Amino acid sequence: MNRHTKHGACALACIAMLLVAGVAVAQSSDNAGHAGGKIAAANGEAVYRSICQGCHMPDAKGARGAGAYPALTGNPRLVSPQYMAAVILQGRRDMPSFKPAAEGEDRFLRDASLSDTQIADVINYIRTHFGNQYPDRISAEEVAAMHP
Amino acid sequence: MHDEVSSRGGDAPRSMRRRDLLRMIGATAGGAAMYQAMSSLGLATESPFRGTPTLQGAPRGASVLVLGAGIAGMVAAYELRQAGYKVQVLEYNHRPGGRNWSLRGGDRFTELGGFTQHCQFDDGLYLNPGPWRLPYHHHGILSYCRKLGVALEPFVQVNHNAYLHSADAFGGKPQRYREINADYRGHVAELLAKSTQQAKLDQSVSKEDQERLLESLREWGALDRQFAYARGETSSNRRGYDRDAGGGLSARPSPSTPLQLTDVLGSRLWQHLVAGEIYEFQTTLFQPVGGMGRIGEAFGRELEGVIRYGAKVTAIQQDDRGVTVAYEDADTPGTTHSANAQWCVCTIPLSILGQLPINVSPAMAEAIAAVPYAASVKVGLQFKRRFWEDDEQIYGGITYTDLPIANIGYPSTGFHSGGKGVLLGAYMWGQDAYEFTAMAPEERVRKAVDYGSRIHPQYREEFENGIAVGWHRSPFTLGCFGAWSDEMRERHYDNLCRMDGRIVLAGEHASYLPAWQEGAVTSALDAIERLHRRATGGMG
Repeated sequence: MNRHTKHGACALACIAMLLVAGVAVAQSSDNAGHAGGKIAAANGEAVYRSICQGCHMPDAKGARGAGAYPALTGNPRLVSPQYMAAVILQGRRDMPSFKPAAEGEDRFLRDASLSDTQIADVINYIRTHFGNQYPDRISAEEVAAMHP
Repeated sequence: MHDEVSSRGGDAPRSMRRRDLLRMIGATAGGAAMYQAMSSLGLATESPFRGTPTLQGAPRGASVLVLGAGIAGMVAAYELRQAGYKVQVLEYNHRPGGRNWSLRGGDRFTELGGFTQHCQFDDGLYLNPGPWRLPYHHHGILSYCRKLGVALEPFVQVNHNAYLHSADAFGGKPQRYREINADYRGHVAELLAKSTQQAKLDQSVSKEDQERLLESLREWGALDRQFAYARGETSSNRRGYDRDAGGGLSARPSPSTPLQLTDVLGSRLWQHLVAGEIYEFQTTLFQPVGGMGRIGEAFGRELEGVIRYGAKVTAIQQDDRGVTVAYEDADTPGTTHSANAQWCVCTIPLSILGQLPINVSPAMAEAIAAVPYAASVKVGLQFKRRFWEDDEQIYGGITYTDLPIANIGYPSTGFHSGGKGVLLGAYMWGQDAYEFTAMAPEERVRKAVDYGSRIHPQYREEFENGIAVGWHRSPFTLGCFGAWSDEMRERHYDNLCRMDGRIVLAGEHASYLPAWQEGAVTSALDAIERLHRRATGGMG
């Protein structure tokens, strides 16, 4: 697992990791070569397709195993785009934070980081797709103002 | 990383050459900085394992319910049974091991969302979706391998003949680790030797030590008599020859030409050179013969009849007499069963435990909810022949690349076996892991083949089938491992590990060795020793 910081470690060596190490990894130095960080996705749909659907699933219905990922369709919490922004910025329980990396911040595992615009775009996308029909929108500026 | 080096060298003369030197050493100090970062996460910490416990004298009729049959849960169950406790284990999967797991031909894996893969590997070939190596100083997990008769073989971490690759360096052509390693070192040694000879180190190194330094640099960097790193027998003896020495009339070796310093630095391939020097990755490393999953399987045999498989825990309640756990049959949800015992060792990953009703202290509940789970993806690829051995003389080890696949891992076993082979075709973290997790499994495999073929063109011709595991889609973990930050640890770690009434948590998430099986072993042993003290009337 080994490799690996602000967002931890390694290789399942896992990590063992990882870093990742892991990982190290770290397990880990195992991912030293990849300059990760910013998602290239250009709009809300692309962000959803390249990140969110990993857990919330392509149809936004979530999934259930030993634990569950919440659906993003018919979910009353979606009524608040600010709530969604807070979850994306800060993470919630097992969900990691996707907040924009601070200047010079070298996240150990190079976890994914979204811009305020991408966060606003994906919230607006989710709230107007998958059967959701919320008329109001959130702006990148509003997301920026919410940084923890 | 360079900042740190600059500040350390702040009182040094600021000549241009000095700065160049510092920049070079920065690459090495970068490794140190990384090591530091790892230490703060506990990743480079030596296991506190001091031998398996000899717990004795469980109170008459004392019972323990263990949740999870991964390494932590099975270590706890194994030891508590030895001590005389009545033990029952509940496990969500239909197999023992948890993240200790090998996918082999004939296995089926259905990830969250219902995407099902059928592993089509040939007999004897496997992918370890989780852990794949055991450092020699992970005494705990190694001791259970010995105890349970799990045969080990060497895991090749550093292979000087494997590749370092960057899409943007050397025209995208992979470089042998051996060449980058020798050239980086040789150029650093030459620069430092020059600085020494030009009296630039007079302030910090005595005359006598300068002589020794020069002598050591010549040896360390493979420099010639003039302290130059140059084409010739000496440098080729490190970086390899254009034509190797042989016998008879074709005997004469032909030396190779070192890469230019600026090209080596610009390639950034030097960042991979520290991998095998990091504590967790230092020789000797091991792997179980037949796949990492052999450890979990051995524990499973040992605990036959003790583990209830296919049990999905839905609630955990304790009172002053014991712990009651509600669970469903994972295949036929709806009917709730119940298990109880006087004590409970809970190894359920925090990603899942955080969703279950459990009556523990607010401090422990907060700790359970505090830790996000990291993304990681592994892809196994089967090829018709072991071309990496046949064509490229790569026997085990790892190729590192800045392509999203990050690693290509070559099997450390079955050399020259003549048949097919399985490579670890991708081992990803962070952003790339999220993106690959979001793909359908067959898309992950296809992409791993695409990217890998830029390093091994043989992929196109030889690829047969593959399997891909994105850990956030794993139904039994919902993520790869607990990604603690220093701040989180400060606030929550002790509260997570402290025994709460009759419940104690264990697993890699309750250790300073995240993602390592050793973290699971040592956290389980620590937890049951405290439980045993409590159960026998002491303070836990």
